[in-house]
Amino acid sequence: MIINKDLVPELASQGKRLDNRRLDEYREPILVETDISWTAEGSAKVQIGKTVVMAGVKLSIEKPYNDTSDEGGITVNAELLPLSSPEYETGPPSIKAIELARVTDRGIREAKAIDFKKLCIEPGVKAWFVVIDIITINDDGNLFDASALAVLAALKSAKFPEVDPETGAIDYKKKTDKSLPLTKEPLTVTVYKVKGKLMVDPNKYEEQAYDARLTVASDSKGTISALQKGGFHPLTAEDISQMVDIALDKAKFLRGKLNQSL
Amino acid sequence: MVYKQRLDGRKIDELRPMEAKAGVIPNADGSASFKIGKTWALAAVYGPRELYPKFLQDPKKGLLRCHYGMMPFSGSGERIRPGNSRRAQEISMVMTSALEPVVDLSAFPNAVVDIFVDLPQTDAGTRCAAISAAAIALADAGIPMTDMVSSVAVGEVDGMVCADLTYNEESYEGIVSDIPVAMLHKTKGISLLQMDGEISKKNLVKALELAEAATEKVYELQKKALTEKYVRDQDGKGNNNGKSEYEPEFETEDSRE
Repeated sequence: MIINKDLVPELASQGKRLDNRRLDEYREPILVETDISWTAEGSAKVQIGKTVVMAGVKLSIEKPYNDTSDEGGITVNAELLPLSSPEYETGPPSIKAIELARVTDRGIREAKAIDFKKLCIEPGVKAWFVVIDIITINDDGNLFDASALAVLAALKSAKFPEVDPETGAIDYKKKTDKSLPLTKEPLTVTVYKVKGKLMVDPNKYEEQAYDARLTVASDSKGTISALQKGGFHPLTAEDISQMVDIALDKAKFLRGKLNQSL
Repeated sequence: MVYKQRLDGRKIDELRPMEAKAGVIPNADGSASFKIGKTWALAAVYGPRELYPKFLQDPKKGLLRCHYGMMPFSGSGERIRPGNSRRAQEISMVMTSALEPVVDLSAFPNAVVDIFVDLPQTDAGTRCAAISAAAIALADAGIPMTDMVSSVAVGEVDGMVCADLTYNEESYEGIVSDIPVAMLHKTKGISLLQMDGEISKKNLVKALELAEAATEKVYELQKKALTEKYVRDQDGKGNNNGKSEYEPEFETEDSRE
């Protein structure tokens, strides 16, 4: 059932929102907590308003791919748990989960946020591979931004586990103090177009009533590393220019929140 | 080798530190967080809601369904592949039979109550933590219940019968048994009993006695979690008006005024 499908655009056209926020205002509180799971090499819980997501990092040693034999790699997976919303069902990942995982993945991969070469242990034989799982706990909208924030916080908190020098086996119970080789810190801001107006951080009702959205991943210097346009209405070049401006500005805001919390 | 003192220094009947909260997932009809040591279960109840496929509907009674899942990063070793493993399916089944005896299914004919339990981190005793969390979440959702279900594992570690084994105790060298138990508070009926390892009849009886006292401690905590959310004191304050103390964290609209 879609509630407020007409009300959200009507309010937006007057520059208003259901919860009295400004169009460019995030919900409060924005909280980032790291090391929430002792079994993960890195982990974080992020809350934006009532939206709560967790991200966990697991490391393993694998054979590098043939075409990048001196590099490790990353995988990003997202689980939209039925625990987190009445809309989600058990079963294989939905297209929504796949898009969330892939957009978050590109934000990190294409920014070259992790130095993949430094993950290599022995070219062609062994390298570290990073698997990041995004888990929704309560979906009240804007999973893109919350997930990217959680993933970055989890990556920043991750520590390599100990490796037995003789057998090469990983001892997951023991962590070293060595962090992942992070070179950049990409974050994601999604800007929504609703009845001609641009807004950020929609809640679950607003998220069902938008015309188009643009997800922008950018690093601390404002370099864009991934884009994803969504929704069934086209955007003009002028729209995109404005949306990117908002996204870069809000990324600074989220970066501030992240640094405050860590 | 004889196990004389527990690895983490606890007494034989001592449980790990526990924490429980009701109402932690705003989207759910009822929810709970339950921590015991480094094992952490989050439970959400959705329903009663329409049951599909339709042939599963029963005009005489509703259906209770549990879904247990470990988060991919919650195991103490390698990453766990997401999705329904055989282990998760079996645990979901035994959880359902552990909780169903206290749920009045006749209150929601043709409908389903879904309980989802997911664990962000684990250190043994996950199905017990899942059941204890689920029972709080069911009560929080206002599902008619005749009793409370509390669950904890007991077992024998190399000759010592003790409560709430950790992963390190479960993998202790020597004879070890792990016995997850769920108990109904009023009737003391046992609604979950599994065992793996080796144990004598004598020690099994001893372990079950220990389980009764141990589940009682879990019950007290479950009650406290629900009381903190729902009961007013005499001055009408100190309570959360049906919201858990956890909930203001999630609030936006109301707290903005």
